[in-house]
Amino acid sequence: MATKWDPLTYGLMAEFNEPEDLIAATRKAREHGYRWFESYSPFPVHGLSEAMGFRHTKLPIIVLIAGLLGGLGGFGLQTYLTVYEYPLNVGGRPLFSWPSFIPITFELTVLCAAFGAVLGMLGLNGLPRPHHPVFNIPEFANASRDKFFLCLQSRDEKFHLQSSRQFLESLQPTAIYEVPQ
Amino acid sequence: MSSHSPDSSAHDTQQHAPDPMIGPGHSLGSVTDKITSLTLRQGVGWKWLFGFTISFALVMLLMLSVAMLFKYGVGIWGLNIPVGWGFAIVNFVWWVGIGHAGTLISAVLLLLRQQWRTSINRFAEAMTLFAVACAGMYPLLHMGRPQFFYWIFPYPNTMDIYPQFRSPLVWDAFALTAYGTVSALFWYVGLIPDMATLRDRAKTRFSQITYGFLSMGWRGSARHWKRYETAYLLLAGLATPLVVSVHTIVSFDFAVGIIPGWHATVFPPYFVAGAIYSGFAMVLTLCIPLRAAYGLKDFITDRHLDNMAKVMLASGLVVAYGYGMEAFMAYYSGHDVEAYMLENRLGGPYAFFFWSLLACNIAIPQLLWFPAVRRNTILLFVIAIIINIGMWLERFIIVVTSLHRDFLPSSWDMYYPTFWDWALYIGTIGFFFACLFIFVRLLPAISIFEMRELLETEEGGNGHGH
Repeated sequence: MATKWDPLTYGLMAEFNEPEDLIAATRKAREHGYRWFESYSPFPVHGLSEAMGFRHTKLPIIVLIAGLLGGLGGFGLQTYLTVYEYPLNVGGRPLFSWPSFIPITFELTVLCAAFGAVLGMLGLNGLPRPHHPVFNIPEFANASRDKFFLCLQSRDEKFHLQSSRQFLESLQPTAIYEVPQ
Repeated sequence: MSSHSPDSSAHDTQQHAPDPMIGPGHSLGSVTDKITSLTLRQGVGWKWLFGFTISFALVMLLMLSVAMLFKYGVGIWGLNIPVGWGFAIVNFVWWVGIGHAGTLISAVLLLLRQQWRTSINRFAEAMTLFAVACAGMYPLLHMGRPQFFYWIFPYPNTMDIYPQFRSPLVWDAFALTAYGTVSALFWYVGLIPDMATLRDRAKTRFSQITYGFLSMGWRGSARHWKRYETAYLLLAGLATPLVVSVHTIVSFDFAVGIIPGWHATVFPPYFVAGAIYSGFAMVLTLCIPLRAAYGLKDFITDRHLDNMAKVMLASGLVVAYGYGMEAFMAYYSGHDVEAYMLENRLGGPYAFFFWSLLACNIAIPQLLWFPAVRRNTILLFVIAIIINIGMWLERFIIVVTSLHRDFLPSSWDMYYPTFWDWALYIGTIGFFFACLFIFVRLLPAISIFEMRELLETEEGGNGHGH
């Protein structure tokens, strides 16, 4: 077994029974100087991403931009088509009758913003990704049932197979697994 | 508007725990196993097979009606001039309205932090999708030349013409496609973590690969959850005004026209309230048998049914106000044709349906004021069905009584639905139920990860704050 950094090891994973234990463990890992680690839970645990030091996501900006593009695109399309491309005089009414363009503008704003939210979330999360090293641990299947996991990754400068294992043991997990790459 | 009935004030003495949202004795594991087992077990039960067979037979009736329609044209329906909008538009509006409760439950109640939505939202969203699919069929089939449906969207074409963007019918096409798409996105995003659960629990290779593919490799990482929750909340925030806009635009199809009985400013709010009303009625119609058949009374509790009944009662009162205002404006306008429209509804050839509508939508639902009625599952089921019928009658009255006698008495006529009108309508009901049967068999009908979250907050909430 390699002593310091093993390219065949993805990381070390500790298993917990309670969400509070995972939050505490995550906070300690961060205080201990670990930067490349990840917590896994079967449902969104409040305070967990904050304990990891992950507070802000760019997602709202993406959604805002997507919505604005959709709205401006929709309004611009209707204006261009009815005023320039195919002007049709209906009883002398103005060509640029913008109030009647609002419903479609609104619908397209919402539609594009929704696509921005979904595709943005998947893109930032790096999904779809059918396989990931954490799936190499059979017990990790319980991450989608009732168990909570903390995984220290081997690419972390502070990662050391022995000392990291000792650190995880100090957190009193129910089990520790070595995750192969 | 909190209804303080004698019953609920008895409960109010222990403010913190009214009725539980989850039955006693459940853990993260048991909630997960219970819901996944419904999906992952082998084979199908006889009840499922029985229900699905009937629905599937009705889908065949739908196919036949559509084939007949394409061969002979809309002449096989009871349409005429002046009644050019018969069952097609009645059923279109009815189905869209039903769909709205799903979005309301999943989006609006999420934003309002109503946690009781959790066990019914997935199911209600699926209902939305299938109802919108049924609704979407009608304008296409009503078109006469359905193969050219895409002409309603602006695309560069050799005819060098574009749709009329000032027309509510074009707005409607945009609203409905946007609504269907956003509902599908919302539903799918909600399913992703549950697909991962199914992937991890599945026993056969085929289901592992299928659910694994659909889960997109979800692994429940804290960063992922953070972005996921942000996306979910934003989608809910987007879907909320969307659902209001969709039925508003559907009501514009009528209100922008000058037909007596349609040209009224009360239409948008009253249509939206009607949509909520009929949608909750349909959710109850589906939930009550579902929870009995699958033994889900721990998850869809009596408290859920009670809350839905209250929402129904409140939205029903808004609808009643709409009827009242519609009648008042017709009278107060002093316009002969508008006044006659009212008279014709009250005592004309379709008066029976108008009075039935008032009985179904206004009179009978007042029983929901009584807590005993809201807690009687069978009675609640019957009332929900009556409201479904009442809301269908409402759309029938709006479409038919306004069109069949409008400004020019020489062109008045009667509308009688034909066999093919009914066949198509019943066929779409079959399609709706067939989709629901497939859905409850193949996908988790209750959101598993949200139930886990709810369980955790209910446990953590006992000590009043964490």
